[in-house]
Amino acid sequence: MRRDAERTGVFTRRALLLMGGQVAVLGALSARLYQVQVEDGARYTTLANENRISARMIAPPRGRILDRFGAVIAGSSTNWRAVLVAEQANNVPATLDAFSVLLPLNEYERARIDRELHRRRKFIPVLIREFLTWDEMAAIEVNAPDLPGIVVDAGTSREYPLGDKLAHIVGYVAPPNESDVADDPLLGLPGLRLGRAGMEKYHDLGLRGRAGSVQLEVNAVGRVIRELDRLEGVQGEDVGLTLDAGLQQSVLTTLADESASAVVMDCRNGEVLAMATNPSFDPSVFNSGVSQAQWLEWTKDRRTPLINKATSGLYAPGSTFKMAVALAGLESGALSPGDHIGCPGYLDLGDTRFHCWRKGGHGTLDLRGGLKNSCDVFFYEVARRTGIDKIAAMANRLGMGVELELDLPGQRSGLIPTREWRMAKGHPWNVGDTIVSGIGQGYIQVTPLQLATYASRIASGRMVQPHLTRKLAGALQPGSEPEDWPVLGMPEKLLHAVREGMWAVVNEPGGTAPLARLADPGVQLAGKTGSAQVRRVSRELRESGHFDSQKLPWEYRPHALFVAYAPYDAPRYALAVVIEHGNAGAAAAAPMAHDIMTEVLKRDPANRTEPPGAQVAEARP
Amino acid sequence: MDRRLWREPSFDFVAKVLQINWIYVVLLCCLAGVGYVALYSAAGGSPEPYAARHAMRFAFGLVIMLAIGLVDIRIIQKLAWPAWLGCVGLLVLVLRMGHMGKGAQRWLDLGGLQLQPSEMMKLALVLALASWFHRASWERMGNPLFLIPPLIAVLIPVGLILKEPNLGTAAITAMLGGAIFFAAGVRWWKFLLVVLPIPLLGQFAYTHLHDYQRARIDTFMHPESDPLGAGYNIIQSKIALGSGGMWGKGFLQGTQGHLDFLPEKQTDFIFTMIGEEFGLVGGLAVMGLLTLIIIGGMLIALRCRHQFGRLVALGVSCNFFLYVFVNIAMVMGVIPVGGVPLPLVSHGGSAMLTVMVGFGILMSVHVHRDVEFAALRDDR
Repeated sequence: MRRDAERTGVFTRRALLLMGGQVAVLGALSARLYQVQVEDGARYTTLANENRISARMIAPPRGRILDRFGAVIAGSSTNWRAVLVAEQANNVPATLDAFSVLLPLNEYERARIDRELHRRRKFIPVLIREFLTWDEMAAIEVNAPDLPGIVVDAGTSREYPLGDKLAHIVGYVAPPNESDVADDPLLGLPGLRLGRAGMEKYHDLGLRGRAGSVQLEVNAVGRVIRELDRLEGVQGEDVGLTLDAGLQQSVLTTLADESASAVVMDCRNGEVLAMATNPSFDPSVFNSGVSQAQWLEWTKDRRTPLINKATSGLYAPGSTFKMAVALAGLESGALSPGDHIGCPGYLDLGDTRFHCWRKGGHGTLDLRGGLKNSCDVFFYEVARRTGIDKIAAMANRLGMGVELELDLPGQRSGLIPTREWRMAKGHPWNVGDTIVSGIGQGYIQVTPLQLATYASRIASGRMVQPHLTRKLAGALQPGSEPEDWPVLGMPEKLLHAVREGMWAVVNEPGGTAPLARLADPGVQLAGKTGSAQVRRVSRELRESGHFDSQKLPWEYRPHALFVAYAPYDAPRYALAVVIEHGNAGAAAAAPMAHDIMTEVLKRDPANRTEPPGAQVAEARP
Repeated sequence: MDRRLWREPSFDFVAKVLQINWIYVVLLCCLAGVGYVALYSAAGGSPEPYAARHAMRFAFGLVIMLAIGLVDIRIIQKLAWPAWLGCVGLLVLVLRMGHMGKGAQRWLDLGGLQLQPSEMMKLALVLALASWFHRASWERMGNPLFLIPPLIAVLIPVGLILKEPNLGTAAITAMLGGAIFFAAGVRWWKFLLVVLPIPLLGQFAYTHLHDYQRARIDTFMHPESDPLGAGYNIIQSKIALGSGGMWGKGFLQGTQGHLDFLPEKQTDFIFTMIGEEFGLVGGLAVMGLLTLIIIGGMLIALRCRHQFGRLVALGVSCNFFLYVFVNIAMVMGVIPVGGVPLPLVSHGGSAMLTVMVGFGILMSVHVHRDVEFAALRDDR
């Protein structure tokens, strides 16, 4: 038994050793547990919360764009979409094939769908087709048993009830690109659109609203278990424009098929009441994507439907520029209201002869007569006396050749030449350049909006700036009152002399624009015609007597212009009409100005704050 | 000396039942209770589908354990080598027609009952080695030739399990064999002979490992390198434990487990579940309970008056310890993930049954701690 005892002793020692080892190992594990759970606890708690809480944004509804009476110019409408939830489809390719039979999916769409299906979790819907028509939706619903996983849901899309009537002003929205998303994660939400042009772009941040968010508890694969917290987003604020949508439509009707632009402003405060450009385009097309064919058609059209001619079309102002020349002369003292200048039909400067539009000349004229007859020689002489720099300064002061404070992107500033400008180009300034500038030709280029601003400033004597935003989120913006704008700082007597000339143009027998005369003798319109050559007419052609701009090809015909304001005795509305290649301001633009101003005065949008019919609606129980 | 058991007047059925270590049984019931609570939570606060079945299996296992506990240890000793042979046979069978699971052949499907022969093999090995060394005196243990048969008895099953391939269980089996060799009195220097070349062997083995085994080791070394891939389990497990903190998130409040971030929470990662919901306090309590069960088994070994019983009890305890160590070290990211459940807590029928059979044998050792075996042969 001694041997057994020895063996037992060895066993006991070694068993105790093993036991000690086991306890030590378990103790080490406990220490490790302490380290993981207590020492690193805070770090892991953060990780656990990140694991389970997923913050998702809710897209706020985009704000609306309204006209001055609250009519919807841009709103949101329901966009029916077909989406595929992969986990509900037994066989995704088979479902897509079945869908293709109903609504064909092209290769490009299939590739996009496959890419998104591959990238996303199986329970996240993938967009198959947007903007379903009623018939398409019906086709999908009827065939639902053959389309497992296909769900029709309602998204929103931007809707423009007035379509092309306001396209250049409202602009359009389009899906954001990746760099936009980097700026604002809200834009990463599916279906969200970003303002790409016009008011949609200018007021994009306000219209966008603030994203709401939901804190969701999600499991390891991202499936939502429950909602922990919800922060409602703020709907994008409504933008109220100064425009009168009804007037805008009427102006467009007046422009008819011409490639033309017309701007109507409240001359006392600069509110743009109508800004029409013809032809136009349908902005909602951008919502879903523009086809190549459509794009080519737009860009190849010489009437440039995509360009907002009112703010970006550059035209020589022609004779409409004569008021600026006159005012520059009057203010500098080079011309006084009583001065008379003789017109033999031409002005010679060295060996160059500058012609008046009327062969044989106008005889001796004062300022009023010069404007009334639109005598070129009169203004050649005034320009020669005044000098280009003073003319340019006056033109700028009246809103031409400078960037206006218009709240619409894509405005062009045009050009009023000066000596300095010409020197910078490497040429000295010639007196001849001054003389052609006197009748608004040569290097001068302005936009229709600048012409309307010019007319407004002459009419009101205030430095009004054209603007389109009237209300933001229901609050009237500054600039709605005449007192918000500084005065021109020109003696009323001088302005009056020019206004009188403009009155004579329309209302005096022998004026150049009798066609613009208003039917109601109690309300009179003052205006000025302009015809701007787009190509120099050679002396031979002019002297041959066979010159007739009507016979020129369309693109070589002169532009027809007209600026006006009314009523003459209490100016309220200013107007500029430019008809591309319309030949003569008196014949083409003046009648349109008449029609537009008649409509403006009839509607009188500046004095009417309540929407038409609103009082009737409110009176109902 | 050749007394028949049933004729022993002092050893009737009632006496045997009274001899059962009831404290130990209570400890096991406590551990199974912990398992019930954890599985109830793992199912999202419901006894179905894990906890209820766990309780039923434990009840069944308890009956088996007590029944085995009443079987005379000398009968068990006689069954040791046949059991070893049978298990080796099953291992061969599993290699030939085993059910493929997770890239390795481990399971044997016997008409609905899934068997993992490698688990039973460990018990059979303990019995066989104990039976072999039971006959050996201290002097005889010094004879290298005497150690060759038991070495073969270890290497055959280890080789077969490696071939499945199941690296973790093979290593545990080898360590278990080593523990019994050690306790039986194999000289120290012989262990050094085996332990020293291990680094070389390890390098050799690494190059011959299956891809998934190598991936496990790689991700263990750098779990953050592939957070959504193979390292995911370890990271999520650590996040769950760490976010539990000192006092835990509360019963049924564990976010990691309930939101399925924690993989296999009802089996391998059940301890993580406990740590997340009951914190360090709960985790340490469970560790304490496990330690008591291990030490209790070792004490049974120490109190036994025959070498066979001593070695068997030590083997069963070491087996349990190795389970616990591998599982808990794994969920804390101390060793590579190994697919080893936490005995009596994790969900799983086959493992529970094997463990309870082991505890039955341990109980038999306790009940029959004072019985006399036939005298040592070399004493004669």
